[in-house]
Parts: sequence; structure tokens; C-alpha cells
Amino acid sequence: MSGERHKMLEVDGIYKTYEGAPLLRGVSFDVAAGETVCLLGPSGSGKSTLLRIIAGLEGSGSGQVRWDGADLASVPAHRRNFGLVFQDYALFPHLDVAENVAFGLKMQGLGRAEIDRRVAEALAQVNLKGFERRRVTDLSGGEQQRVALARALAPRPRLLMFDEPLGALDRTLRERLLDELRSILHASGVPAIYVTHDQEEAFALADRVMLLHEGRIVQSGAPAEVYARPVSAWVARFLGLGNIIEGKVAGAGRVETKVGVLKVACAHEHARGESVALLIRPGRRNVGDGENSLEGRVTDVVFRQNDFRVTLDNDLYFYLPDAPKVGERIVLQIPLTAVQCLSAKE
Amino acid sequence: MRRFFSWLPALLFLGLFFFYPLAKILAVGVGSSLFIAPESLQIGFRALRFTLYQAALSMLLTLLVGLPAAYLFARYGFRGKSLLRALTAVPFMLPTVVVAAGFNALLGPRGWVNLALMNFFELQSPPVTILHTLGAILLAHVFYNTTIVIRVVGNALVHLDPRLEHAARLLGATPARAFREVTLPLLRPSILAASLLVFLFDFTSFGVVLLLGGPTFATLEVEIYIQALHMLNMPVAALLSLIQLLCTLAFSVLYSRSVTRTVVQVAQRPAETVVRQAKRWRERLFVGSMVALLFALFILPMAALPLRSVSRLEAARGERAIVQTGLTGDYYRELFVNRRGSRFYVPPIRAAYNSLEYAAITVVLSLLLGFPVASALARPKRLDRLLDPLLMLPLGASAVTLGLGFIVAFNRPPLALLGSPWLVPLAHTMVALPFAIRSLQPALAAIPERYRQAAAMLGASPLRTWFAVDWPIVSRATLAAATFAFTVSLGEFGATSLLARPEYPTIPTAIYRFLSQPGGLNYGQAMAMATLLMFLTTAGIFLIEKLRLPGAGEF
Repeated sequence: MSGERHKMLEVDGIYKTYEGAPLLRGVSFDVAAGETVCLLGPSGSGKSTLLRIIAGLEGSGSGQVRWDGADLASVPAHRRNFGLVFQDYALFPHLDVAENVAFGLKMQGLGRAEIDRRVAEALAQVNLKGFERRRVTDLSGGEQQRVALARALAPRPRLLMFDEPLGALDRTLRERLLDELRSILHASGVPAIYVTHDQEEAFALADRVMLLHEGRIVQSGAPAEVYARPVSAWVARFLGLGNIIEGKVAGAGRVETKVGVLKVACAHEHARGESVALLIRPGRRNVGDGENSLEGRVTDVVFRQNDFRVTLDNDLYFYLPDAPKVGERIVLQIPLTAVQCLSAKE
Repeated sequence: MRRFFSWLPALLFLGLFFFYPLAKILAVGVGSSLFIAPESLQIGFRALRFTLYQAALSMLLTLLVGLPAAYLFARYGFRGKSLLRALTAVPFMLPTVVVAAGFNALLGPRGWVNLALMNFFELQSPPVTILHTLGAILLAHVFYNTTIVIRVVGNALVHLDPRLEHAARLLGATPARAFREVTLPLLRPSILAASLLVFLFDFTSFGVVLLLGGPTFATLEVEIYIQALHMLNMPVAALLSLIQLLCTLAFSVLYSRSVTRTVVQVAQRPAETVVRQAKRWRERLFVGSMVALLFALFILPMAALPLRSVSRLEAARGERAIVQTGLTGDYYRELFVNRRGSRFYVPPIRAAYNSLEYAAITVVLSLLLGFPVASALARPKRLDRLLDPLLMLPLGASAVTLGLGFIVAFNRPPLALLGSPWLVPLAHTMVALPFAIRSLQPALAAIPERYRQAAAMLGASPLRTWFAVDWPIVSRATLAAATFAFTVSLGEFGATSLLARPEYPTIPTAIYRFLSQPGGLNYGQAMAMATLLMFLTTAGIFLIEKLRLPGAGEF
């Protein structure tokens, strides 16, 4: 985090309880000008609530939301000029496409001609030219999604927020919309917060990924960085980075696990006997390379496009270029770089 | 063909006791020169004008109370919410005579308010004279129909996606503007539907208008009653019935069209997300005053009645001396006494026996006729869908028209039934049948074929399957339908007021008679009988509520 990035949105120590139980426990982060931040977390982790607090639709127990240094506590939702794209779009069913997109412009008190111009511009941006007079209830999911985006973009908000906007769409459509969304966000230069539970979406879109777990942000960083260096077993498990096994430190660079003693290059200092978690990346392994050897009986083989997912009787899985037979005993050599030690606590 | 036979009894019944009397009314009208005489038309026009006027006014007032109430129930959580909700639903099924008696006990010249004011300020005459004014009619209509607005509009509000309002807020709309530009337009179809339904009920209201307004406030219904029973002017009554029927039909068509539109726009959302506690003082003021208003509107008349029935507060007729005031069971004891000792004047409790007898017959007839139809409708084919609206027609015709039809149709051979006490339960069955069918049908339809197949696959014989799968559902629904028919019959006043002979009074007609006679004792007995009827009906309503399948629709 260099000093030159200009913080636009600052979220500072947000606490929130839901039905008596703490939901958000001191969430703090910021979004710089032009930055797209993805907030990644399992469902029920309070992601949407956090967005609603930033939007001003909901109050927080304590903490501050600031824009360009100014506290927003006394600014109601309709005066924040933040755009939000809802999960299933929340398009106004009684208005047609153009009227939906024009809604925010009308609230700004713009003139008719200006509104028409800006609506046309926003619809062009999302590839929906000619859809002006269509009923929103007659549109497909993808088209509704685009209308929702155009509606949020049209008033030129100073911050855009997305609440799992692609959740309801099928895979191919999702990928296409994701590409479009990325180019629109880059072109507009508006800072954005994108909430999702889908890591592929987050990694594809984000300048920075934040992981929300048990009411706190447990890791924040560029996608590649988060991917390469998960801070905890929970993060690695949530991102599906590979096998997580528990172990005890048996000496310098050696960890005793249920599959034997593994050599580990660990950055942290560990006392002998300390509990750690190991991440063993399933990688693309060849039988017989690397520093650690691991033996097991094959219990399951699943064909993937380029390789096979092979599960062993010690519950570890690996990606292998060739399919062994079920029941066969194999020995795998795991390189040092594929084994990472993580803090064992969740 | 088998389907046709399940419809046959109900259709025959409908033909004989609905269409035939209606045709007879028309025949009587068309056959007389009085039917389109200028003075008849003038009566008709005057009655229609007043009916529309009071219905429109009642509807507006009902919306005035009902819309904020709907918002209250849909958006706020507060203590006593479910009680208040249940309370607002009770009046809808209460017999008109009970409601009239309740308002009389509260606001009438012998009611609590007047007695209290007279006592406190030592007045000679009752200061509040709302009884026998338009105000009393309007008040009772609001009392009756507010629940429709609460249910219909409240339901739409609950299912309205709260994020639509949020989206509007984020696009720069103030809360008021978001409500005006998003919430309100989306509620419009349901408000329209509720308004039309309320208007329809106000338009056809009879007992309340007759008992609280008095004969000077002649709606079409009351005028039919007066022309038929007091003036014996059947052609004019027939003309009025025709006007009434055509109007009701028109409003019903409007209503059902508006209902089909309501369904489209409302997204199904869980209710929990929008209910909140009032926090800011303006919200608290709104919630507090609405809750107080609703409690007052719905509890006071219903509490005034039973309390008044056990309180002696002024001299009975013939008693000159200062009487003791206080609690008394006299009014209930009097119900068992034949004061006049005449052969025709029966002790009032006789009316209760009659009512129970009629209600029992109504239950049996409604179930016998309704069951085959409801089973056919549970898995409808084209024939069933075609015939279905036919059965609902009697709901549209007013009970008074039905009574009038019975009078003109069955006053001479071959069907000289007019003297027979059978006519009353037949009329009641006509009114109750649609309700019975509507409570049987969803339950029968809810028995999924898959359950039967599953039971059969698990080795149950058809008989055991029927007992294990069908019976638990069918028995509940049957009991609910029976209770429905029973309560409808107990409280029916419109048709009964025209058909019941003086020596065979029912509870409602007896109450009406007591209320229109002077004296504290008569008044007290009216209160006592109305209280009994109220408790019977309320018990019935709660039973139906308990028996209703979860998820089966309201209305």
C-alpha cells in the first residue's frame, strides 16, 4: 500500500449484530480512486450487510464510513450518490427499460433532453440499444442484469457497488458479463466494491481481493498474492487451493503429519511440537519428482479436460497427467514449493 | 359423464332456488305496469344514488383507516401484533345484527358513551346522537371492511421486494419520493382490488344500514325490504332487485379483472426482511396512534356489547321508581320467559332453537351438495371450470334479493312453501354453499396423488391409503366447511328478515325485533341475544382458522 494512492472510501471499524449475534466485528478497509475491490466470503458472512451499511440503507452498531475524509453518518442514502447493483437486480417492474435507467437522472432534476441523452448513452454502454421501450419483466436474466448496471451507471455515481450481481446467471453468460463488466469499470474509472462468494469472479475482476470471515477481513491483497500466500488454513480451504492437513512441528523444516514427516520451507519460526496446518497443492504432479515422497492407494479417479483428479486413501487428491487404476498403490514426489505451512487456527 | 353427475345436485338446487326465483322476480316486474312507471323509476333512482353515495363514502373512509393499518402490519413489529391482527379479522364474519347491536351498546341512546355522559354532566337526554344517522352506517362499514384493506394491500406490501425501495433511495429518491414513485404504483392494483371489494360489500350491505341507519336511509337493499314487506309492492321491489343485481355484477367483473392484474406484479419475498421496530419518534407516533385507533375501533363495540348485556343501568319499562344499577343476569333469564303469554309470541330462547335447527339443516345440505362439486373442482377439467363461476353467482346476488325471489316464487302451488319453515334453511344453504365449496376444494386439491402412490408403493391397501392420506385432510376440511355453513346460517339476516315467520324467529330476527321495541328490558334482551350470537360466531371463526390448511389462501 504505497502512500500515493488516494483513499476515496474509508470503512473504519464497523460492528454490527444480527439478531443478537455479532455479524461484523470491526471491519476496516478502504477503496482508492479507480480501484475495484472484491469482497469475498461465504454466504451469511455479512457481505451484503456491509454493502448496505456503506450505502446508508442500514445503520451500523459502531464504526465510521468516510468519503474523501468526510464522515457519512449524517448523509442519508439518497444523498450519497453511490450506485448499487442488487443480486436479482431489483428493477422497477412498473417502469420500462428507459424509465428504469432514467430514474436516478430524474431524481437529480435533469431536463428531459439531457435525461434522454444520458439514458441512450448508458444503454449503449451495456449493449442494450433499442431496448428503451421494453418491459423489464419480459427481459432475460442477462438483459435484466445489463439494465440494472445501466441504471446504476447513468447518474454517474462516485462509487459503484455490486451485490452478487451474477449469482443467478448460468456459467457462460456469467463469464461474458464479467468481461463486459471489467471493461466498463475500467473505462468509467469509478471505484467499485464487488461482493461475491465466487472466487473466480473475484479473481477475474478485482484489483484487490478481501476475504471476509467471522465478521473480520482476514486477508487483503492482489489476486495473485492472495492465491500464492493464503494467510490461514481457512483462506486456503475457502479458496479451494488444495489439501489441508494438520501436523506437529518435528524439527527445523520438518512437520509430522498423518501421511508421514514432510519437509517444509516455512517462513515463520516454529517451536518443536507446535501445531500447524499444511497446504499441499494438488498441482500437476508427475509420479516421482520432488523432495517429499507420498504413498497411497488410489480410491477414485475423475477425468478432467487436461488431466485426472486422483484421490488417495489418505484423503489427499492430486492432478495427474495419466490415470492410475483404482486400487493401485502409487508413490508421488511432492516438491518443497507445493507444501506451505499455515497458521493452524481458522 | 361422472363429472356431470357430481355437479347435478348442486345445479338442480341452484336452478330451483336461485335462477327460478330470479326469473320469477323479473316476471313479476315485467308483468306489471308499475315496473317502469315514472314514480317507480324515481324510487329506484333515488335508492341507487344513495347506495352509491354511502358506498363510496364508506370505501374512502375504510381506505383512510385501512391503508395506514396495512402499512403498520406489513412493516412494523410491535407487541400484541398477532392479537390485533386476529381482532381486525373477526368483524368480517360477524353477523350484521351483532355489529349493529355492538355499536348500539356503545353509541346508542342507551349505550355506554351516552349513559356515561348523561351521568357525568347530569343531562336529561343522550348527547351523542350518531345512531340513525349516516355516520353510524359509515362507522359500521369501516369496522366491517378495514380488514379487507389490511389483508389485500398488506399482503401486497409484505410481498413487495424491499430492495425496490432501496434501489430508488440509492438512485437519489427521498424516502417519501421512493414511496410515491415506486411503492405506491406497485401497490395500486391491490389498492384498487381492495377498494372494489370494499365498495361491493358496502353497496350490498343490508343489516347494518337497516339497524343503524333506520328506514330513512334507504339503500337499494333496504328499499327492496320496505317495498316487499311493508308496501307489498312487488313490482317496484323487483325493479330495485334488478338494478341491484346489474350493479353488483358490474362491480364483480371489475373486481375479478383487477385481481388477475394484482397477481402479476408482486414478487414473492419472505416477510421477515421488511418488518422492523419503530425507532424514530415519528415512527413511534405513527405506530402508537394506529395501534390505539385500531384497538379502539375493534375492541370497544365488541366489548360494549357483552358488558351491556349484563349491566342494569336504567329503569325497565313500567318501573317508575329508582332502580338499582349494577350487574344483572336478568336479561338472560328473560330469554326463557314468554312475557305476553300468547300462543304466537314464543319465548325468545325459542329463536335460538330455531336458529340452531336451521343451521344444522344448512350444514347437512351444504355438505351434501358441496362435496361432489368440490371433489370435481379439486382436479378441474374444462366442464368444471365452465360451471365454477355459476356456483359463485349467489354470492353476487344480495340476500334480500334472494329472500324476495323466494317470496314471489314459492307463494303458490306447485311450490307453496311460503308457510313452511323450510324456506329459511334453503335460503341459508344458497348463501353458505359457495363458502362450503371454497373451503373444501383447496383441501381436496391439496391431497397430492404422489402421497397416495407412495402409500401404495409402501404396501398400503386402497382403504388404508384413504384412511392414512385422505381422511386426515378431508376430515379437517369437512369440519371447516361445516363450521362455515353453520356460522353463515346463524348470522344470516337479509333473506331471513323477509322469509322468517313471526312464530319462527331466528336469533338475528329476534334481536332486530327487540331492538326496534322500546324499553330497557327489550334492549337488554337484544344485548343478551346478540352477545350469545357473537360468542357462537367467534367460536366458529376461530375453529375455521384453526382448521385451515397452512398456505391455503384467504378470500
